[in-house]
Amino acid sequence: MAKFGQDDDGLVVIIGSGAGGGTLANELCQKGIKVVVLEAGARQSIGTYIQNEWKSFGQLAWLDKRTTSGTWRVARDFPNLPAWVCKTVGGTTTHWAGASLRFQEHEFKARTTYGDIAGASLMDWPLTLADLDPYYARAEDKMGVTRTNDIPGLPGNNNFKVMYAGATRLGYKEVHTGRMAINSRPRDGRAACLQMGFCFQGCKSGAKWSTLYTEIPKAEATGNLDLRPECHVVRIEHNAAGRAEAVVYVDKDGNTQRQKARAVCVAGNSIETPRLLLLSASNTFKDGLANSSGQVGRNYMRHMTGSVYAMFRQPVHMYRGTTMAGIVRDEAVNDPKRGFVGGYELETLALGVPFMAAFLNPGGWGPDFAEYMDNYVNLAGMWIVGEDMPRATNRVTLNPEVKDKFGNPVPNVHFDDHANDIAMREHAFSVGQRIYAAAGAVKSFRTPPYPSTHNLGTCRMGAKPDDSVCNAYGQTHDIPNLFISDGSQFTTGGAENPTLTIVTLAIRQSEYIAKLMSIRAI
Amino acid sequence: MRVIPIEAQGADVAACHEEAGPVPKMDLPLARREFLRGSGILMGTLATGSVLALLAPSTAWALELKSLSTSEGQTLLAMGRTLFPHKKLPDAVYAILVKDLDAKADALQVLRDGVASLDRDCGGAGAFVKATPARRLLAVQAIEGRPFFNTVRGQCVTSLYDNDMAFAVFGYEGACFEKGGYIQRGFQDLKWLAAPPAEASPAPFAA
Repeated sequence: MAKFGQDDDGLVVIIGSGAGGGTLANELCQKGIKVVVLEAGARQSIGTYIQNEWKSFGQLAWLDKRTTSGTWRVARDFPNLPAWVCKTVGGTTTHWAGASLRFQEHEFKARTTYGDIAGASLMDWPLTLADLDPYYARAEDKMGVTRTNDIPGLPGNNNFKVMYAGATRLGYKEVHTGRMAINSRPRDGRAACLQMGFCFQGCKSGAKWSTLYTEIPKAEATGNLDLRPECHVVRIEHNAAGRAEAVVYVDKDGNTQRQKARAVCVAGNSIETPRLLLLSASNTFKDGLANSSGQVGRNYMRHMTGSVYAMFRQPVHMYRGTTMAGIVRDEAVNDPKRGFVGGYELETLALGVPFMAAFLNPGGWGPDFAEYMDNYVNLAGMWIVGEDMPRATNRVTLNPEVKDKFGNPVPNVHFDDHANDIAMREHAFSVGQRIYAAAGAVKSFRTPPYPSTHNLGTCRMGAKPDDSVCNAYGQTHDIPNLFISDGSQFTTGGAENPTLTIVTLAIRQSEYIAKLMSIRAI
Repeated sequence: MRVIPIEAQGADVAACHEEAGPVPKMDLPLARREFLRGSGILMGTLATGSVLALLAPSTAWALELKSLSTSEGQTLLAMGRTLFPHKKLPDAVYAILVKDLDAKADALQVLRDGVASLDRDCGGAGAFVKATPARRLLAVQAIEGRPFFNTVRGQCVTSLYDNDMAFAVFGYEGACFEKGGYIQRGFQDLKWLAAPPAEASPAPFAA
């Protein structure tokens, strides 16, 4: 592993090591570009991951204080935990379930397809599915996505059997074990899935793709990566010409450091990324970096989500095997006749007893709650995930009332469900319950959204500098050597789990950055 | 396992089934110590021969409290059982709740006042523990949303459901990496529905 000097101003600094940052780092390193990755969290390994939900949560989750506002239920249930994302090398690719679906063509043209929806800030992406398809293909190959590249699908577990039986009885056609970045057979030096469950706690067999043990070691092997864990970035600095020139961070010993940079790529997930741009305000950029449009922090999306847990007379043992073991895709289409635009996916999900108690019905208690827990082995579960409407008022801002341990204002996450989100959730809850009823459920329960795992859109890409933060390559309109490299770039959310698209954009961005560097445009 | 096992037990205590048996009398040295320190002790036994007894080093358990009295501990234990009534979950698990509450120094006054209010509602000192389950439920419903209620309910979520005894009672198998996961141990052993076709659910990889 390389060690570069703080005064080396010929390298690229990437903030964050997850799906966006970790992938971008490897792609740049493979092209011979020197990279420093600053990661706020510590480095774990498949050996140190813990198969206990609370202990793992303490090990991996981003637990720095955050505040919430708005009418979303998460603000009531988890006022200081708006998002369930990770602070560790590998970022949230340690925690993600592995679902790897391409966006649909119309989802890149949300404004054109859905029209002018009141109260939503819909916009078309500045790129199309055709632009991304070759990069999607490279991402799928890199991540080893099942049902692509001749990789067989994963075997379905008991939880999937229940979903399959119910969904097909209702006439759904596209029901299978998904496109998953989890090895169904050994590939790329990693083992096949052992069906352990605990996908959310870090995969102890390494079967699930995570940048921690794929992109990052491959980048380190080039000699071009200087990865610095436990280094929390507090500010991006610019020079008199308005170009990013250095990144200020606090290292693990509490010392403030300053790393020079030729280009800076921000991949801190969609809450920390806009927060950092806002924290970096200067006399030149009084509203924060790359924020001449006023869009930094706005259009925060979290996907329309919810879960359905159903009780059966006989055992399911849903926790055995891959957490997201199967999918129903038929409702992912855009069919406004259902009473909403956009679509949603239904994906199996399982929680262990500790998290089921915490998340089944936050705040719940009493005999009805206890009955679900008493019947834990007889439960099946699914997650619903659909496109939510971007709104300018759903946003990440700095909360001057609350400071973090470095004395900086913490991020506040404001969110109000759009009427379209509410109509879609109602539809999806109802379909989920019908699927389980068709499979013979005694009863089922509508579990409200968990803290957000899909955080998107707070530095959206767009064709015009006056209504977006970055261009189709994630390059900010205002500062040519400052890039957005995570899900913050998303113009709209689509119905699909976002990681594959984040990785795809990172691969594409790496080519663009390399080209700009070679022609000395940055 | 966050239960303190104790070895020396009188015959009547060892024979006492915690749910049905007589309340064990405390011997003098313990009672004296409680008086000196202003703290309480909760005791019980796990039913012998149960799967839970196999998990514990001893079927008898006792929990020393740092701040709460025995009576306060018993009331909180009963409140935990009212909030999350699991017939199969032994008192030893609810005692974990009391232990974790006992460790919350900054919540002590809220807990003491709350216990007193539950007792008042049920007719006087010690009345909540002696009340019927239905009466207890009414008393707890009456304080839903108050700080005392929120403190105890919130603590239940982590104290009751994240321990080996709870896992065993609810049939959750916990960590499985050391056992090789479920690839050969029942991840698709459900027999009461037809198996999906291979195109939806391909066969497992055979090494």
